[in-house]
Amino acid sequence: MAIELKMPALSPTMEEGTLAKWLVKEGDTISPGDILAEIETDKATMEFEAIDEGTVGKLLVEEGTENVAVGTVIAMLAGEGEDASDIEAPEPSKNADTAEDVEGEGKDVGRDPSEAEITKPSATREPVSDPAIPEGTEMVSTSVREALRDAMAEEMRKDERVFVMGEEVAEYQGAYKVTQGLLDEFGPKRVIDTPITEYGFAGIGTGAAMGGLRPIVEFMTFNFAMQAIDHIINSAAKTNYMSGGQMRCPIVFRGPNAAASRVAAQHSQNYGPWYASVPGLIVICPYDSADAKGLLKAAIQCDDPVVFLENELVYGRSFDVPKLDDYTLPIGKARIMREGSDVTIVSYSIGVGLALDAAEKLAEDGIEAEVIDLRTLRPLDKQTVLESLAKTNRLVIAEEGWPTCSIASEIQAICMEDGFDHLDAPVLRVTNEDVPLPYAANLEKMALIDTPRIIAAVKKVCYVD
Amino acid sequence: MADRPDNSAFDGSNKPQLALHVPEPKYRPGDTVDFTDLNVPPAGEQARPDETCDPKETAPLCHDLVRVLGDDDKAHGPWDPKLSPDVLRTMLGHFATVRAFDERMFRGQRQGKTSFYMKCTGEEATSVSAAMALASDDMVFPSYRQQGVLIARGYPLIEMINQIYSNKGDKLKGRQLPIMYSSREHSFFSISGNLATQTPQAVGWAMASAIKGDSRIAATWLGEGSTAEGDFHSACTFAAVYNAPVILNVINNQWAISSFSGFAGAERTTFAARALGYGLAGLRVDGNDPLAVYASQKWAADRARANAGPTLIEYFTYRAEGHSTSDDPSGYRSAQEREEWPLGDPVMRLKRHLIALGEWDEDRQAEMDENAATHVKQTTKEAEKNGILGHGLHHPFRTMFEDVFEELPWHLKEQAEQAVHEREVKFPEGLPNR
Repeated sequence: MAIELKMPALSPTMEEGTLAKWLVKEGDTISPGDILAEIETDKATMEFEAIDEGTVGKLLVEEGTENVAVGTVIAMLAGEGEDASDIEAPEPSKNADTAEDVEGEGKDVGRDPSEAEITKPSATREPVSDPAIPEGTEMVSTSVREALRDAMAEEMRKDERVFVMGEEVAEYQGAYKVTQGLLDEFGPKRVIDTPITEYGFAGIGTGAAMGGLRPIVEFMTFNFAMQAIDHIINSAAKTNYMSGGQMRCPIVFRGPNAAASRVAAQHSQNYGPWYASVPGLIVICPYDSADAKGLLKAAIQCDDPVVFLENELVYGRSFDVPKLDDYTLPIGKARIMREGSDVTIVSYSIGVGLALDAAEKLAEDGIEAEVIDLRTLRPLDKQTVLESLAKTNRLVIAEEGWPTCSIASEIQAICMEDGFDHLDAPVLRVTNEDVPLPYAANLEKMALIDTPRIIAAVKKVCYVD
Repeated sequence: MADRPDNSAFDGSNKPQLALHVPEPKYRPGDTVDFTDLNVPPAGEQARPDETCDPKETAPLCHDLVRVLGDDDKAHGPWDPKLSPDVLRTMLGHFATVRAFDERMFRGQRQGKTSFYMKCTGEEATSVSAAMALASDDMVFPSYRQQGVLIARGYPLIEMINQIYSNKGDKLKGRQLPIMYSSREHSFFSISGNLATQTPQAVGWAMASAIKGDSRIAATWLGEGSTAEGDFHSACTFAAVYNAPVILNVINNQWAISSFSGFAGAERTTFAARALGYGLAGLRVDGNDPLAVYASQKWAADRARANAGPTLIEYFTYRAEGHSTSDDPSGYRSAQEREEWPLGDPVMRLKRHLIALGEWDEDRQAEMDENAATHVKQTTKEAEKNGILGHGLHHPFRTMFEDVFEELPWHLKEQAEQAVHEREVKFPEGLPNR
């Protein structure tokens, strides 16, 4: 079979070059390593070597030809037992260019007017719901801090592979006391104090997860985890995919996220939208104690890497938690915190509390707001959001974070794409001001979202006032 | 420049002016190379401390160079691993395969069969000989020039070529760059393009192995240039703090693309000496001496397996070829460096050693090289039946959505079904690979 010699690429970015000189002629016998031609680009000259032995059949591109596209067949080589003079130039359809440009593979897909119809979702999601809480189950008032600790302790009792590591998690019981009591129960080999390097222990945890354990990596706050983001995104989130499904990374990165009180710009940032943009990561951001417990347990059991974002200001708040063995919640399912028929307020984390307060005040004015807690930011439960929108026709998102490229913007996009026909008003977002968080108490207060701003946005979409 | 301080007052002052030092390699293209100032001690003169020694005892070895094969082609001194001729011939066979493989893949890239390739010429011992000193199930966290580890572990060449050609046989499903191999079965971690991330991961893996009470250790490789990454320092800190059963191999091949080792600190101290500050055992080893590489890796592996602690090894070697197929080293270094390199070529050194032992000859070497080239060539032809880069639709369309998560989540299922539906509507006649 004749062998096609193609215009080579000197680098992955080279698209064309000059065939400066042929060093062989038709009929020449060549062996591997022989220099066949010189190719020039604006950056370098390279020698084009033979990889096979054979006889040069046809030279298809003359020397001195400029702008020869990479992949163009420049010569034909006769193989063993072939007569070089019989070799023909290849059919145009066999050229690399046409082979790459196959209809429907992306390059030439036109956007027909019927696109919206064609791409309409055909899959309907199987409904998942929280596990039923049997009648008469005792509800125990528990702080979010305790709920998180209980979730870790329960999973550590159940599964030997689970361990916690981070700065101050052992002797000090956690910078925010979330790991209280774990060292006593599980000992220093499963509750591990680390050197002060988020980057380091994120990498250690990622390696340990690949080594068959199930690490829970605590960041003192996610603000300090920016240096660890390379391990979280480039290693933990992508390795399963890049290894063709061979190497898993079941790990939980958890810790407080977003603004606390009076800790200023470097310690007051919501990373929810950052992590939620990354394929391969699960991102959970709960509000109350029951969700914190049930979802952290789910995160630890999950075979995928999970970023679990808590909120320092909520740690001390208490909520009811059902007293059940192994209370685990589904990942990727939003929760309707308050039913309503006039408007939907979507939120997550600390914003849920503000949204619920806003809903109570709005009820006094006769506006019944439905409040949705997203709980999981990736994958995002857009079905619950869209179903609520179909009922109320108006939607506001309350997010303690910046407005640009936020979860709020994502919800707006979803409403535009899939809920447009249900909208009676523009979707509004209520977020923090678009500035680094100031320290001064008055400035800090003005920069963060609050209940009055949510109420104002709701009234606007309801065309009240 | 109103916003800058006015320095004119300093003119004429007697305060000494500060001067910035920017490292500059000794030789640039066209320069005559003279390596006589490189301190190459005689083979066999380096002490070999016990594997379980205090890290402090290795301090002298961090500034020395562990060598076994002498100029007389014989093995000398306490580091001689005393390998049987059969094992040495096996090692030589792996060298031949790696070299033949590199040659053919490099040319394949020049022919447009793949977009990218990286040779390890001159550094074969740092992978092959090191891998032979480890247990086959010890976990390896390689950098991108450790094809020798995979070949020594018997990973089928065709799997490597399928990935390099990005064809339908690619086990990684068209998701990873050529040469960034991954094989769970061969305890070979998925190569990361982000330099040095594998080092703390190796330490973490080793710590997990220790937590589980397992017997397997971890070994990682990185270039001297990427020891400047924070990862390397985190890895050293954790390895020392938790006494992790891990080996950190620094391949000092003198060049990080066009940046010579001075840009990673080589003008001031050795890379092995980095171990001292962390309290790791450290060894500086002739990376072109296959016996010294084997012996040092074995020493570190035995040390780790005995819970005696981690080791940092600097393999002093030379990158004989360009960084990758995208690189042309004639633009920044003298071509004479390769010829004048005082530690020679690892393949030639092992060959001459076997001949000196009376266990090998030039004819058998020629036959071995030819067999390796033929084997690689035949395997390449076999792999080409599965296609080459850019030709054909090698991977079923839907597989793009798989393995992002352990289970296909609903939103990706929805995307995949939408995409398949779109193709069905637009191309009712059907397409391959749906």
